[in-house]
Amino acid sequence: MNLSENFRIALRALAANKLRSILTMLGIIIGVASVVALMALGNGATADITAQVQGIGSNLITVMPGRLQAGPNQGSAQAAALYYSDYEALAKTMKDVAGVAPAYQSAATVTFEANSLTTTIVGTITAYVRLRNYEVALGRFPTEAEQQSGARVAVIGSQVAEDLFGGLSPLNRQIRIKGVPFTIVGVLEEQGSAGFGSADDYVMVPLETGYDKLYGAAAMDGSRRKVSNIILSASSEEAVDSVTAQIDRTLRRQHALGLNADADFTVLSQTQLLSVLGQITGVLTAFLGAIAGISLLVGGIGIMNIMLVSVTERTKEIGLRKAVGAKRGAILAQFLVETLVLSLLGGTIGIGLGLATAALVTASGAITAVVTPSSVVMAFGFSAAVGVFFGLYPAWRAAQLRPIEALRYE
Amino acid sequence: MIDIQNVTKVYQMGETEVRALDGIDVHIAQGEMTAIMGPSGSGKSTLLAILGCLDVPTSGVYRLGGESVEAMTDDQLADIRGRKIGFVFQQFNLLQRTTALDNVLMPLSYQATRGRERRQKAEEALRKVGLADRMHHKPNELSGGQQQRVAIARALVNDPAILLADEPTGALDSKTGTEIIRLFQQLHQDYGQTVIYVTHDPFIARHTNRIIRLADGKVVSDEPVAEPLAAGTPRPSELALAQH
Ligand SMILES: Nc1ncnc2c1ncn2[C@@H]1O[C@H](COP(=O)(O)OP(=O)(O)OP(=O)(O)O)[C@@H](O)[C@H]1O
Ligand SMILES: [Mg+2]
Repeated sequence: MNLSENFRIALRALAANKLRSILTMLGIIIGVASVVALMALGNGATADITAQVQGIGSNLITVMPGRLQAGPNQGSAQAAALYYSDYEALAKTMKDVAGVAPAYQSAATVTFEANSLTTTIVGTITAYVRLRNYEVALGRFPTEAEQQSGARVAVIGSQVAEDLFGGLSPLNRQIRIKGVPFTIVGVLEEQGSAGFGSADDYVMVPLETGYDKLYGAAAMDGSRRKVSNIILSASSEEAVDSVTAQIDRTLRRQHALGLNADADFTVLSQTQLLSVLGQITGVLTAFLGAIAGISLLVGGIGIMNIMLVSVTERTKEIGLRKAVGAKRGAILAQFLVETLVLSLLGGTIGIGLGLATAALVTASGAITAVVTPSSVVMAFGFSAAVGVFFGLYPAWRAAQLRPIEALRYE
Repeated sequence: MIDIQNVTKVYQMGETEVRALDGIDVHIAQGEMTAIMGPSGSGKSTLLAILGCLDVPTSGVYRLGGESVEAMTDDQLADIRGRKIGFVFQQFNLLQRTTALDNVLMPLSYQATRGRERRQKAEEALRKVGLADRMHHKPNELSGGQQQRVAIARALVNDPAILLADEPTGALDSKTGTEIIRLFQQLHQDYGQTVIYVTHDPFIARHTNRIIRLADGKVVSDEPVAEPLAAGTPRPSELALAQH
C-alpha cells in the first residue's frame, strides 16, 4: 500500500461519484471566490480613497472654523469663525511651513450666455493653488498683480467648463458670477472623482476680488473679513505635529481662548484625515469581510451537507473496503486524498474565479480591486479545513466500526 | 483450520437481548466443503460473519489456523480478511457506479499485487463466474444473478484459503445456481479451498461434504453428507418431470 495506490483509489472513487465531487467542490469554489473578490473590492476601495486623500498633498494641514466633532457645544460651532486676520497671524508666526493660504468659499450662480449653474466660488490667493497642487490645463492662474488689484478674472474647474461651454474654449470669455462679469483666464486640470469638494466644480477668483465684488456682508464680521478655511503645508512630514501645535497656540491667542477652553476651530492634518477615512473604509472592509465570511460559511455548510448526505453510502463503502482487506490507514489515506483533491481543485478554481471577478470589476472602471494574499490564503485555508474535516471525520468514524456494522449502517 | 468453541453473539436491543448465537462449537478442517442451514433468523449470517472475521463474538473462542482471532488488532483482522478469506454477502454489497472489473479489482488494491497481474487476476475471476463479457458493466446494468456473480468473483480474486458465501444461489435461477455450485466444487477440488456456504435449499446443501443445521443460535445437527452430489445432477423433482 503506497502513496500512488492511495491516489489511484481516491481518484477512482471521485470519478465514480462525479456529481457528489462537483457539488462538494462548488461549496469550496463559491466560498473562496467570494472572499477573494469581496476582499479585493474592499481593499481596492480603501486604496482608492486613501490615494485620493494623499493626492491632495501629504503635508497639508487644514484649519476650519468650529469643532469638527459634534459635541455638547454645537451652538458655539455655529457662531465660530476664522478671520483673515487669523491667516495673517499664522503667516507671520509659523515656522516649518512651506506656505499658508486662506480661502473663502460660497455658493453662487454662474452664467454664460443662456447656460447657468450654481456651484462653489473659491476666493483665494496664489499660494493656495500651489499648496493644493492644482495645475491649469488651459490658460494660466491670476497673476500677483491681478490678485492685489482685485481684477475680475476667474479660473474654472473642468466640470464647470464642460457644463457652461460644452465644446467651446472658455479662455478669455466672459461669465457672470452673481451678475458680476468675470474673464476666464484658465481651466483647471481634471481632478477625477476625488469625492468631497472636487476642484472640478470650482470657480476660483482672487480673494480680494471676492470680498470686493461678490461676497458682500456675509463675509464680514463688523470690519473683519471671514475666511472659510486656511490651509498650510508643513515643510516636512515630521514637522506636521509641531506645526499643528503652533497653529493651535497662535489661534488660541488670536481668539483669546485659554489653554483649557474648547477650541472654536479645528486643525486637521492629512494624517488625521487619513485616520478618519481609515475608520470609514475600515467599516466598509469589515462589512464586505462579513459578507465574504457568510459566503464562506454557506460554502462550508454546502460542503458539510454533501459530506453528511453521503455518509451512509460512504460508511457502507468503508465497511466493504475493510471487509476485503483494507486497513484503517488505507481508508483514511483514501479519504484524505479525496478531500485534499477536492479542496485544492475547488480552492484553485475559486481563487481563479475570485481573481477574474476582481479583474472584471477593475476593467469596468468602478474600483481598482486589490487582491491581498492574506485573503486568498485565509479563504483557501478555511475551505480546505472545512472540506478535510467534514470529509475525514465521518470516514474516521466509519473506519472504527467493524466491517459488518459499517455495512449495515443506515 | 476453523475452530470455534462456545461462541455467543448477543445483540442488546434496548431492554431485550437477542442471542443470535447461543453457544456454538464448530470445527472445520482445511479443504472441507460445508453447508450451513437453518430457518430464517437462526443465526446463519451472524455465524458466517464471525467466521469471516467481519464481526467478533460476544464470548467464546475463535481460532483460525491456530491463531486466536479475539486477540487480533483491527489491522491484523483486515490483513487476514484480505489474504485468507473471500466473502460473498447476502446483499452483494457492490460499489455502485463502478464497473464489474473495478469492483473485482478493489480487494487487490489493498494487496501487494502488481498492476498488470491485478488486471489478469480480476479478469480471470470474472471469467470463472462467466462474466467475461460483462466486465465493463456497472452493477445497475447487471441482473441480480450477474451482480451475485460479480460479488463471487470479487471474493475469489485473492485466491483465499477460505471462501464464505451467504446464500450465493439465493438470487439465481437453478441453472445459474448450479453453475455457481459447480464453480465452488471445482475450487474446492482443484485448489483445496475451504468452502462454507449458507443455503435454504436442501438440494444445494447436498453438494457439500457436510451440513450444519442451526436453530435459535444453536447447532442442532452437524452431519456429513453420505454421497455429495456432483454439480449438474438434476433435481429429484426435475428428474420426475423429465421422466414424464
Ligand atoms: N445488528 C443486529 N442487531 C440486532 N439483532 C440482530 C442483528 N443482526 C442480527 N440480529 C438478529 O440475530 C438473529 C440472527 O440473525 P441472522 O442474520 O444471523 O439470521 P439468518 O439465519 O442469517 O437469517 P436469514 O436466513 O433470514 O438470512 C436474528 O434474530 C436477527 O434479528
Ligand atoms: Mg442471513
